[in-house]
Amino acid sequence: MAKITYHTHDNKIHTVDVQKGLTVMEGAIQNDIPGIDADCGGGMACATCHVYVKEDWLDKLPDKEDGEEDMLDMAFEPKNNSRLSCQLIVSDELDGLEVNIPSKQG
Amino acid sequence: MNKTDVLIIGAGPTGLFCAHQLGIIGLSCEIVDNLDKAGGQCIELYPDKPIYDIPAVPECTGEELTNNLLKQIKPFNVKFHLNERVEELKKNQKRWHVKTSDGEEFDVAAIVIAGGVGSFEPRKFSVKECEKFEGNSLFYSIKDKSIFKDKTISIFGGGDSALDWAIELSNTSKVNLIHRRDGFSGAESSVKKVKDLNDQGKLNLFTKYQMVSVSGDKQIETVKVKHDDGEIKEIKSDYVLGFFGLIMQLGPILDWGLNINKKTVEVNTENFETNVSGIFAIGDICSYPGKLKLILSGFHEGALAARGCFKYAKPDEKLRFEFTTTSKAAQERLGIKK
Repeated sequence: MAKITYHTHDNKIHTVDVQKGLTVMEGAIQNDIPGIDADCGGGMACATCHVYVKEDWLDKLPDKEDGEEDMLDMAFEPKNNSRLSCQLIVSDELDGLEVNIPSKQG
Repeated sequence: MNKTDVLIIGAGPTGLFCAHQLGIIGLSCEIVDNLDKAGGQCIELYPDKPIYDIPAVPECTGEELTNNLLKQIKPFNVKFHLNERVEELKKNQKRWHVKTSDGEEFDVAAIVIAGGVGSFEPRKFSVKECEKFEGNSLFYSIKDKSIFKDKTISIFGGGDSALDWAIELSNTSKVNLIHRRDGFSGAESSVKKVKDLNDQGKLNLFTKYQMVSVSGDKQIETVKVKHDDGEIKEIKSDYVLGFFGLIMQLGPILDWGLNINKKTVEVNTENFETNVSGIFAIGDICSYPGKLKLILSGFHEGALAARGCFKYAKPDEKLRFEFTTTSKAAQERLGIKK
């Protein structure tokens, strides 16, 4: 398990234990955290699991695969710290990760 | 007015197979879809990606699956209404009166919603003022390109639509192409063409810029964009175009009095009818205990919903259960000649 903290746009903070090997997107879905729709179910085809990663975590994350940046072009207000949470696989290294969920995903 | 037994909303794999099942039991149907082609997510999101869990099909792409389903329902001559969204449902005695975004009307006995995760709509700018200009000087798709002649157009996006339109419109308009990064997701040849046009001064390319605001009186006059490093530029523009792909939204389905739970419609598992009698929901859009969002589950749901429609379409008849292998009636409907 790793602790992942999701900041939702209603200023609530949700810290949950997510099983290693799952994605940060799945962690949100399983814990009913609002704002991550994941319409395509993790296929890197919809950008509705877009999150802003807390700046000091950016370098610790795995690099973006081909296609993630293309999909982020479609996201709502993408920034430099934007990632698709379906591409972030939870591991010991990500224990303590904090992400912000955009005010809307559409 | 189109009169048919069943209206299917959504031409994805689940909707297509439900049409087959309706045809087999002798019911007619028509299909409405907001996209310009059949296939739903399979065609829009992953036409080339392989699918490995269609029973008895070890591997196929979204496009192949769609084409095979279309082939399978060919005998039934199902009428498609593409580029249309169902807007309104009204109960009319025992039948339903349906209206689409194109003003088309249907008189049907039952409705099957096979709408996936909703209808595909263009993804819009996040800047609030954009709404004010939408449809007047700000667009997410182009219907009549002649209005852009000799005007200044600012195009946002980095995919094929943005690149293709930038290239095309640069012949007759002053084009600014604005994209949030240096890389593009569109075809390499188009990226090269855009860069060449930029070098020749036939188009202005702004990368690492995003929109901050749009302003103007009745029409857009200027667009403000911000560079990654904080620099702000004001660009004079008569028109703004945004090409950020499509997003799925439930849309009018929310207004039909259905029990909705987390963007899905609650159904029973006996015949996949919703809380409103005569309206069924199948595929990704329906929810029930144990629901799996798999295409194969959608097929099963469609088979049962089709039979559920029977009592509304033919209230005086009893549905007979038959196999296609042996049923003469089913084979006749399939147009099989012996």
